[in-house]
Amino acid sequence: MSTLHSEKAKAFLQDEAYSQWHDNTFWSVRTKRDTMARGLPEWEQLREKASAIKRHTVTHLDEYLDQFATNAEKNGVIVHWAADAAEFNETVYGILKEHGVRKMVKSKSMLTEECEMNPYLEARGIEVVETDLGERIIQLKGQKPSHIVMPAIHLNHDDVGELFEEKGISDEKGNHDPTYLTYRARLSLRNEFLTADAGMTGANFGIAATGDIVVCTNEGNADMSTSCPKLHIAAIGLEKVIPDYECLAVFQRMLCRAGTGQPTTTYTSHFRKARAKDAEMHIILVDNGRSDWVGNPDHWEVLKCIRCGSCMNTCPVYRRSGGYSYSYFIPGPVGINLGMLRNPREHSGNVSACTLCLSCQSVCPVKIDLGDQVYKWRQELRALGAANKGKKALCDAMSLMFGSSGLYRTATAVSPLLNILPHGLVHSGVNPWAEGHEMMEFPKKPFHSIFKDLEKE
Amino acid sequence: MRIGLFIPCYVDAVYPEVGTATWKLLRHLGLDVSYPENQTCCGQPMANAGFESQAVPLARKFEDKFRDFDYIVAPSVSCTAFVRLNYERLLKGHECRTAAKAMDVVEFLHDVVKPTGPLGRFPHKVSLHNSCHGVRELGLSSPSEQNIPAFNKIKDLLALVEGIEVVEPERPDECCGFGGMFSVEEKAVSARMGRDKVLRHIATGAEYVTGPDSACLMHLSGVAKKQGLEIGFKHVVEILAAGL
Repeated sequence: MSTLHSEKAKAFLQDEAYSQWHDNTFWSVRTKRDTMARGLPEWEQLREKASAIKRHTVTHLDEYLDQFATNAEKNGVIVHWAADAAEFNETVYGILKEHGVRKMVKSKSMLTEECEMNPYLEARGIEVVETDLGERIIQLKGQKPSHIVMPAIHLNHDDVGELFEEKGISDEKGNHDPTYLTYRARLSLRNEFLTADAGMTGANFGIAATGDIVVCTNEGNADMSTSCPKLHIAAIGLEKVIPDYECLAVFQRMLCRAGTGQPTTTYTSHFRKARAKDAEMHIILVDNGRSDWVGNPDHWEVLKCIRCGSCMNTCPVYRRSGGYSYSYFIPGPVGINLGMLRNPREHSGNVSACTLCLSCQSVCPVKIDLGDQVYKWRQELRALGAANKGKKALCDAMSLMFGSSGLYRTATAVSPLLNILPHGLVHSGVNPWAEGHEMMEFPKKPFHSIFKDLEKE
Repeated sequence: MRIGLFIPCYVDAVYPEVGTATWKLLRHLGLDVSYPENQTCCGQPMANAGFESQAVPLARKFEDKFRDFDYIVAPSVSCTAFVRLNYERLLKGHECRTAAKAMDVVEFLHDVVKPTGPLGRFPHKVSLHNSCHGVRELGLSSPSEQNIPAFNKIKDLLALVEGIEVVEPERPDECCGFGGMFSVEEKAVSARMGRDKVLRHIATGAEYVTGPDSACLMHLSGVAKKQGLEIGFKHVVEILAAGL
């Protein structure tokens, strides 16, 4: 009995020291987040408020999107709508082509990962340079993010040092000191900022009342990406729009505290309009499934997600299996659920990656019922033809046994026989429990037999 | 106050001593408790695995056996939580009188019986295992994720036990990795989580791990034995009833 996730997780755990480090690293982020959350006496009220704002906005998305787009256009921003990933990529390419762009710098955006924009543009001769340090590292390494907020967390300074030597970014061989490596990355990126023809950002929030977008970074790279080139393209998922600045104040207090355990990101950048006469700002509002998900009665609340990553950091399974053990590009609890919304047949192998401990929904700043949703997806696997046969057989057998008191009594009467079977037989490959566990010793009598004597006492 | 004793299948089959301790404890407190015959399973294992429909006949059976009691008390947080949070939905179209009356023995003692006098005697150092569904579904303790005043009903009850010293491991309510079918479907992660948890319990210097759910303890003891890690395991009721 295994799933795609469980097989990859098993491989991940082979490296004992690395997997321990991975678990401890993310637990320390969770701990920092706890300290931050406890620093605000109103934290639980903020979660309630944040959830209510998102519930309201997501269920009135048409109104707020209209307001957002109208206000952005009043500010002179050119607004585009993309129904899916293909239309998004075509729109970006169209804008770049029109402006004769050869190189585009960009700050972090999970939406462009979702739409696989970089390979699309590169295939059409446009150089795309990631400028978030973590994203830049994995771009140079030809990898995908293993975490949505800390995309290169799976690599250590030696990995990065060797990569920078190979790519000619650092010139002191063997110097893997993080400060030195950061310095070299900065020099290299400076040059990219200065020579790019366009800058792209994502958006953490779109403010309907003003048409602004808000981008949170720790490196200031969104500002650099938009301050050098004259062309700014912002990619924003439909669900990122919130009503106004009062609402932003709620999320702004939570996003970074929840995600990385900092009181705020170093930079919170607000973009309202193109900065100079001859500059242009474009906003592309991307649907790509979202408007369908709003109508899903069991799973629409996933659209409340603000992509803080705290559900990954707290998830005991994510911490012990790593981002690459999930088939969807967003891992962890929210990634399991987003993957199932995206393509349930392709991503059903992630649904096993949950003990239903519910730490994710207890930590989530916008109170998404992430674990409960995984439970619901499990119920749908059979209809999708994705239910595990071995697991189903086991459940059928249990169902039969528990459904009949007679069969159940017989089973409990003979279970002590397992105690006297040879160890090798009970611990053979047929018994999946015995791979990680020594078998339990069955009592001579089950409680329902003992009870007759107890009652007499 | 009529109490129906719900002894979940795995407690019945593997840990009858936990059933016995629960019975003795409730009787010791002078309560009117009875044990309906022919109980089997609440349906949780199949439902959590994705076969919720298989839990429906079991929910009906449970409803028949237990609906007339004032309280339904079980020594298992996850089974109790399953009944309380899911039965109304599973029995849709039929009256459900059991869900609201189902209580784990710890919360029942703590919230309803409120014993003040000494309970059992257990002169040992024990490390508290806060089972996920107890913490995050039944509210036996304040979840570590939340900024609410700290409380722990298990600790409160264990304070009534003579001679005991109670400690908590590092990461006091991180999952142990059992998760029902998770433990056989995601064997590697489950075993690692179990080992990490056992080691943290051992690091407290405790002689025993105690918790409100024998399923977590079954998983942890199986992992400990397989890896040669030494520590004892006792359900909370066994300690509360020790020597009674």
